[in-house]
Amino acid sequence: MTRIIALLLLMAAAALPARAQDAFLDALPGLGGNFTAQAEAVDRLGAAGDPRALPVLRALSDGRLVKLSDGTLLVRDGAAFTNAATGAAATPAEADTQRISINNRVRVALRGALGRLQIISPDAGERLAAAEGIFRSRSADNVGLLETALARETVPRIRDQIALALAVSRLVSADPAAKMAGITALGGSASPEARSLLLESRAANPDLAGQIDAAIADIDRRLAIRRVAETAFQGLSLGSVLLLAALGLAVTFGVMGVINMAHGEFVMLGAYTTVIVQDLLRGHPTLAPWSLPLAIPAAFLVTAAIGAAMERGLVRHLYGRPLETLLMTFGVGMMIQQAVRLVFGAQNREVISPPWMQGTMLLPFDIPVTANRLWILCFSLVVFLLIVAAIRFTRFGLEMRAVTQRRPIAAAMGIRTGRVDALTFAFGSGIAGIAGVALSQIDNVSPNLGTGYIIDSFLVVVFGGVGSLAGTLIAAFGLGVINKMLEPWAGAVLAKVFVLVAVMVFIQRRPRGLFPQKGRAAEA
Amino acid sequence: MTETNKITRRAALLGLSTALAAPAFRPSFAQAAPIKVGVLHSLSGTMAISETALRDTVLMMVEHQNSKGGILGRRLEAVVVDPASNWPLFAEKARELLQVHRVDVTFGCWTSVSRKSVLPVFEELNGMLFYPVQYEGEEESKNIFYTGAAPNQQAIPAVEYLMSDDGGSAKRIVLLGTDYVYPRTTNRILRGFLNSKGIADADIMEEYTPFGHSDWQGIVTRVKTFANQGKKTAIVSTINGDANVPFYRELGNQGIRAEDIPCVAFSVGEEELAGIDTRPLVGHLAAWNYFMSVQSPANTEFKNLWQAYIKNPRRVTNDPMEATYTGFNMWAQAVAAARTTAVDAVRTAVIGQEFAAPAGYTEKMLPNHHLSKPVMIGEIQADGQFNIVYKTAEAVPAENWSRFIPENANRRRG
Repeated sequence: MTRIIALLLLMAAAALPARAQDAFLDALPGLGGNFTAQAEAVDRLGAAGDPRALPVLRALSDGRLVKLSDGTLLVRDGAAFTNAATGAAATPAEADTQRISINNRVRVALRGALGRLQIISPDAGERLAAAEGIFRSRSADNVGLLETALARETVPRIRDQIALALAVSRLVSADPAAKMAGITALGGSASPEARSLLLESRAANPDLAGQIDAAIADIDRRLAIRRVAETAFQGLSLGSVLLLAALGLAVTFGVMGVINMAHGEFVMLGAYTTVIVQDLLRGHPTLAPWSLPLAIPAAFLVTAAIGAAMERGLVRHLYGRPLETLLMTFGVGMMIQQAVRLVFGAQNREVISPPWMQGTMLLPFDIPVTANRLWILCFSLVVFLLIVAAIRFTRFGLEMRAVTQRRPIAAAMGIRTGRVDALTFAFGSGIAGIAGVALSQIDNVSPNLGTGYIIDSFLVVVFGGVGSLAGTLIAAFGLGVINKMLEPWAGAVLAKVFVLVAVMVFIQRRPRGLFPQKGRAAEA
Repeated sequence: MTETNKITRRAALLGLSTALAAPAFRPSFAQAAPIKVGVLHSLSGTMAISETALRDTVLMMVEHQNSKGGILGRRLEAVVVDPASNWPLFAEKARELLQVHRVDVTFGCWTSVSRKSVLPVFEELNGMLFYPVQYEGEEESKNIFYTGAAPNQQAIPAVEYLMSDDGGSAKRIVLLGTDYVYPRTTNRILRGFLNSKGIADADIMEEYTPFGHSDWQGIVTRVKTFANQGKKTAIVSTINGDANVPFYRELGNQGIRAEDIPCVAFSVGEEELAGIDTRPLVGHLAAWNYFMSVQSPANTEFKNLWQAYIKNPRRVTNDPMEATYTGFNMWAQAVAAARTTAVDAVRTAVIGQEFAAPAGYTEKMLPNHHLSKPVMIGEIQADGQFNIVYKTAEAVPAENWSRFIPENANRRRG
């Protein structure tokens, strides 16, 4: 009897590798079937753990797997093809190849399968992605694999992710002790997804409800702190956008007193300059990755030149007549907008985001912030400091202040006031153009880009106190943070209404804004 | 007047050359006055991004029809006005088209608010408007033909798909929209539908944003929180126009992948995706009645016609353009059948017209002035096109009065 059992076991052991190979070849044709068949085949390939499946599944995920009319599956690599089953090179007729497309269901299966196959990859990035994939695929079959992977892993960040995936796999396993371990491990994390999984498993495990609730409460405590930090960042980020949009106006309206309704259009022109610079540099080997930083001086020069022309040609004839200035600049703004629409079309233009401006970054304490917003926040502060420095420490800044404070006396001192006026207006317009470069990264580059910012810009400048740069800074960040704090319970529309009402009431009480200008300049 | 003179001269020349040389047919128009086709689409302002392509589609059709010899031997002439995304101006421009230019038919409007603004004008002056965009339904006018989808041809099948196995079996739904009549009515219908499917109000999140909203950080964060409550969540977006680009960019940047929280949109087509890098968005969905990637002979003809007319082999086509194209052809067929352009006669003739649409199905104008249309759901691809993952076997008749709005219970269904 024992001999027979031993024999049977031996036979089973001998058959195992052969069956594993078969599993790969058996499952493969399913990838060419409908979505249900594809998802099943992907699951089977992942479970078999055959390394030959890895290039095939990657190709399926990237849309590089093609099917011939006879059902053969080929992996495309540039212009070369290899047979998915045998790995041999193939040369199919181009007309015969049909690209295999997938849907979300197949993508979910792929993430789990690729995770299983890549968790022992030598590449750290692939291991991290694999651990995330397994974390979301929630299968009890992965416990053994993950335990091995965790023992070998040396990178702390990946270790954490594997531990999280292991906890999930244990949570859905049948073993009560493993379940308990899984719950405790998930409770120690600050992952919103882990919280979701715990909630999901609550119904299936009524006997463990107490422990699960405790773990969820644990996660909630950590998440609450993170949420406050997130809201604060989002408020600052909105503030930085307001600041960028308003800074140019703080010079033309705040310092010079010109009501420039075409300000938004200068922002828009800055964004279009970014598009043009990127188009020109596209394909250039060394400069292409730097196209966004290079667009900054280009946008400044373009908009400053247009601003100078506008000041010399039109605005200066209307000094001291605010109503006519308002109408004239409004008209010029509409003309610029329609001209851009005629030249570039009404459609949005695509702006390339460099890789360092995409995705989410983790600040200390695991606070997730989006990279583009973080860069724009830093950028707005740098621009602000540069403007303050330019006005305070340069010859041009001195002349500018002199002319705005007492024009006749400045002229008597030998300052060419007309030239200073033109330069100041060009300076403000140039800053609007720089803002356009930054805003192209978060908003549509379309002819309407500017119209959305003109009201907000005036609001910020008036609220902060006309003529006060520091006021503009505080007003922008203040309005941004208040808006984001109100949004969760009032909704985006009402939050904006509340902010507008609050500013109106404030201006009624203090018409000169947060930081009123003192002295003779204020009365002029 | 000069235009007519030129044409007559050219016609005379053509006639001469035809008589002299070739027996081949060339269009030569008789002295009869041209048929006037009004185009009422915004060419400036916030909706210009979507509506300029529709103006070009109508102009293309007019040119194409003239090259085929016009209709009833009469040449077609387009009259283009610009209502500038300004809703009251739509009504004024509609009046101008009907009273000053005396157009025989008008193609126009995109937003529901603009359609509501011109509706009384078309009814008062007995004009004829073809409206080419999917909308919220709850309307019927004898002077308007609706060639876009009603909610049962787009919104409801899309949500059914999200709740199916293939769509990810969503149990919680986020309804995001721009704050105006179309999203609010659609979401009201969807809420009724979801409730009828056993999804409680606690599992539905509804949020609205102003036109052109660009700061989506807070909302996307809240969607993430809402999604992490232990039930599979999906987003249904009725966000319109410009606001879509920053919305999708924020989704991509915050790492919301289609595998985890799929987002299905009703107003995002190939044209809107042209301004975004779609690689982080692969797998998010859109529900329409046509995609540029449809494989059909009629679609090949449509795409070739468009790219040749616009002289850009990379310009995309989209659903409202296809609806304009289909509507125009149905109108042309009806005029040919009625042998007149008189509004009342053409109206009777349009109903029942069939057309093999680029969507690959034969669509039919129903007595309720809406079309039967196929429903398609596409996943966004890395190249900005859609991969069709679901379509109905047959064209679905439109139900403009939704059964999921309680007040419609007593209404007769067409």
